[in-house]
Amino acid sequence: MTNHWIDIGNSDCILIMGSNAAENHPISFKWVTKAMEQGATLISVDPRFTRTSSKADIYAPIRSGADIAFLGGMIKYILDNNLYFREYVAEYTNAAFILSTKYGFNDGLFSGYNRKTRSYDKKYWAFEKDANGAPKKDRSLQHPRCVFQQLKRHYSRYALDKVSAITGTPQSSLKKIYRTYAATGKKGKAGTIMYAMGWTQHTVGVQNIRSMAMIQLLLGNMGVAGGGVNALRGESNVQGSTDHCLLWHILPGYMATPSNKWLVLDDYLKRRPKSNDPLSANWWQNEPKYMVSFLKSMFGDAARPTNEFGYQWLPKVDVGVDYSWLTIFDEMYKGKFTGFFAWGQNPACSGANANKTREAMAKLKWLVNVNMFDNETASFWKGPGMDPQKVQTEVFFLPCAVSAEKEGSITNSGRWMQWRYAAAKPLGKSKPDGDMIVELFEKIQELYRKEGGVLPEPIVNLKWDYTTRGQFDAHKVAKEINGYFLKDVTVKGKTYKKGTLVPSFAFLQADGSTSSANWLYCNSYTEKGNMAARRGLKDASGIGLYLEWSWCWPVNRRIIYNRASVDLKGQPWDKKHPVISWTGDKWVGDVPDGGWPPLANTDGTPNPKSKYPFIMKPEGHAHVFGPGRPDGPFPEHYEPLECPVERNLMSSQFINPTVKQFETELDKRFTCDPRYPFVGTTYRVTEHWQTGVATRWQPWLLEAEPQQFCEMSEELARLRGIKNGDKVIVESGRGKVVAVAMVTKRFKPLKVMGQTVHEVGLPWCFGWVHPKDGGDSSNLLTPSVGDPNTKIPETKAFMVNVRKE
Amino acid sequence: MADKTFFIDTTRCTACRGCQIACKEWNQNPATETKNWGSHQNPEDLSFVTYKLVRFSEVVSDGELRWYFFPDQCRHCIEPPCKDAAEALGYKKAITKDAATGAVLFNQKVKVKPEDFEEIKESCPFNIPRYDPERMVMAKCTMCFDRISNGLLPACVKTCPTGAMNFGDRSQMLALAEKRLKELKGEYPKAQLLNAEDVRTIYLVIDDSEKYYEFANAHGLLGITRLVAMKKLIRPLVRLSGLKG
Repeated sequence: MTNHWIDIGNSDCILIMGSNAAENHPISFKWVTKAMEQGATLISVDPRFTRTSSKADIYAPIRSGADIAFLGGMIKYILDNNLYFREYVAEYTNAAFILSTKYGFNDGLFSGYNRKTRSYDKKYWAFEKDANGAPKKDRSLQHPRCVFQQLKRHYSRYALDKVSAITGTPQSSLKKIYRTYAATGKKGKAGTIMYAMGWTQHTVGVQNIRSMAMIQLLLGNMGVAGGGVNALRGESNVQGSTDHCLLWHILPGYMATPSNKWLVLDDYLKRRPKSNDPLSANWWQNEPKYMVSFLKSMFGDAARPTNEFGYQWLPKVDVGVDYSWLTIFDEMYKGKFTGFFAWGQNPACSGANANKTREAMAKLKWLVNVNMFDNETASFWKGPGMDPQKVQTEVFFLPCAVSAEKEGSITNSGRWMQWRYAAAKPLGKSKPDGDMIVELFEKIQELYRKEGGVLPEPIVNLKWDYTTRGQFDAHKVAKEINGYFLKDVTVKGKTYKKGTLVPSFAFLQADGSTSSANWLYCNSYTEKGNMAARRGLKDASGIGLYLEWSWCWPVNRRIIYNRASVDLKGQPWDKKHPVISWTGDKWVGDVPDGGWPPLANTDGTPNPKSKYPFIMKPEGHAHVFGPGRPDGPFPEHYEPLECPVERNLMSSQFINPTVKQFETELDKRFTCDPRYPFVGTTYRVTEHWQTGVATRWQPWLLEAEPQQFCEMSEELARLRGIKNGDKVIVESGRGKVVAVAMVTKRFKPLKVMGQTVHEVGLPWCFGWVHPKDGGDSSNLLTPSVGDPNTKIPETKAFMVNVRKE
Repeated sequence: MADKTFFIDTTRCTACRGCQIACKEWNQNPATETKNWGSHQNPEDLSFVTYKLVRFSEVVSDGELRWYFFPDQCRHCIEPPCKDAAEALGYKKAITKDAATGAVLFNQKVKVKPEDFEEIKESCPFNIPRYDPERMVMAKCTMCFDRISNGLLPACVKTCPTGAMNFGDRSQMLALAEKRLKELKGEYPKAQLLNAEDVRTIYLVIDDSEKYYEFANAHGLLGITRLVAMKKLIRPLVRLSGLKG
């Protein structure tokens, strides 16, 4: 989230789309309720009338996979009716930037497309540069090649009737929602978006989010209280996991994983584009300090200036190769993996195309599953369709402690790192993950020391001082994450002693005198103590910032991009809910997004000491035009890989032109196949958690939600002769599940491009291990095809059939 | 301790089932084996081991689809008909009302005959009392008597994230209920408090109560107040039990 949970209570208009927050983030509804008490309007857009919709002022249905059409129509509405926040857009976004003559868009494709490689050359989307190398700008937004005019042109194609035909949303509903939400473009009004997997799990997932980010920029909703782009993370600590780089493509703090493009540290350190504009904060020019400090945390004294601080010991990826989840299981399916740690997960149910995953695991030599309970992954070898006699995989099950049995932190969707304590001791032989990792690593390191190996250095040189009396010590890790001064360091006249904790990333050095395992978290555990453990209840801000409750990154800034919450002179756009405010010589309120003075002096003259507000972008301006995305600088509607229509109404490009498809026999695509005539989607329920590994074993939870179900409209049920409560078979080109039919008014058939389209939905929390009659995973139905940016699977829109059992 | 009351604002309920599960956990009531019977409402009904149940109702009202949630529980009536019925049947200690809080409590040390239980159950206009035929005792919501006697909120109230469940001194809860009713009346002319004068569990709904649940509201008999009707019904019972001896 750019904002945070409590801040939702400050909003004037809350759009919940791609999310069913009341159901899946129930506590968030405390803040939604608060906002509504104060007059906020709640809009719910969902293929199904959900528990969230039941509380909303406005509900509208949408066909799964049509969100860009919906949002594109909103962009057109905002522009046609001049509802955008002009000063904000002109001054703070790249709407004023002028594109080179190479930029173009025609019939679903942007300029620079290579049909063979199915990829774009992004040089075609570059800006025209001035003599200093900075993008040329027209702050009046009139230049025909400025982003603003190109934006207008692009979205002029998303007319109301076309949008309605694609989405299935009635025109009257579209108009009502557009009008209501666009009203937050007024100064002093803020609209917020709460979204989750309903937006991300598509082959156009990132572009869905881009659409909303653009809307928020057009309306001046970024950086302000009650605004922002707010992802409701799908797991309580997934924010922590991405911050600390549990994904292959990043190092902690969102630095890129080294690749064969940067074979030496120097190339890596110099890779970021630099702006010559003195008003740009050029923030990423600080990256060498973060990277070197990271290497010092990794390899300690073994990391020296003479050996590139151990850069050569970091694994490197090959440019153009994908190492993400879907590819891992595709390779595993082809027999390319020997072993697999499925740590704290249940891929047999959680990954798309579950049959492919389960068969892939049967090709392994060994599998280690770390989990609390038996599950479909640990027991894959005796699952439906498996012959244990034929499976050669040796499976190890390591029972782990649950979160209430461990001390450590969790980082929530709002970036708040909150420290937690162990309430009970782990049961039986179960262990905390930290202790397992310590034991494993120490044994592996011992073996490498004794026996050598192909590349022992990264293992034997790894700094490893995270235990106390042999036990994993979360405090030691947390302190390392923050970072230390490794020798006496003098910054701005003050000397910081060797061995003390670094106060914030502003003090990190590129010469090896500091360490920090994650620069973004530098400031979280300092000489002042464990900031994440703070529980101060004072809130001087009046907008729920609670600066003394826990700690958030970066440097406890609660609302990021808050320099955009003020006008050029540093005065809040919204006087009733100021985030920061310039007093004349300093900022008050939230931690400002950089202490530089406002862009203009009180007399209106520009202040050369200032910086543009979107400090993480080299040009300091927010991206209305996004030149960095592999699938296009403006979101464009493409159909899901499996869809119910024969063509894309917007262009001849049926699907995302950069999406990669796997080629096994389990990866066939079934669009407009009469065998699978209905749109299928998946979602969650309050009562179960993820694949249900933990919750299906909880009798009280299972009692409330006992079996796999398929929700469908009364019309579809009539079509198939299905009664409420009947057992049905839901099948796709990849697999099938038995489910209880829940015939409901909350799904209605939609009119899409002149035809009636039915949609059904299933939760993905069930699995064959337990209970015996609970049903199996909905991911047996879903396709292993992913977004070109994130590779997240398209589990929200695919084609199925439903029939009585 | 002043006399207590629940105020349940169904407009704030998101059917998260937190209250339903918290009640189970606090009372250590076992889960029952359930099937998906075509509704998210599970278990289907209150039982000897289910004191709190979120009821789901999909209706069309004024041409609009509504999904109403009703987190059902004992009303802790001010003059509990179940207590009158039990006493009339000769069970002096089976059901008591705590003087301080008003909590209506089923005493599980007192065995009740099955046919007598049926009478007691019938006397409840909200269909609350439940029974274990093996142990021959009754069960229902306890107002978390052990918790409130120690300055804590009932488990269901403590757990509710949205403010649907409220609990406190009766005067405070009545004031809150009136305030919310006023706030909602404009947009929802059918908004009403159910049996506010007669119960300690006051529900706020925005539609006809039948659209939520058949027994959401105690329906008075025409021309006679419910209490008098109850007493009239009980007198024949008393005579009958006298015959049984």
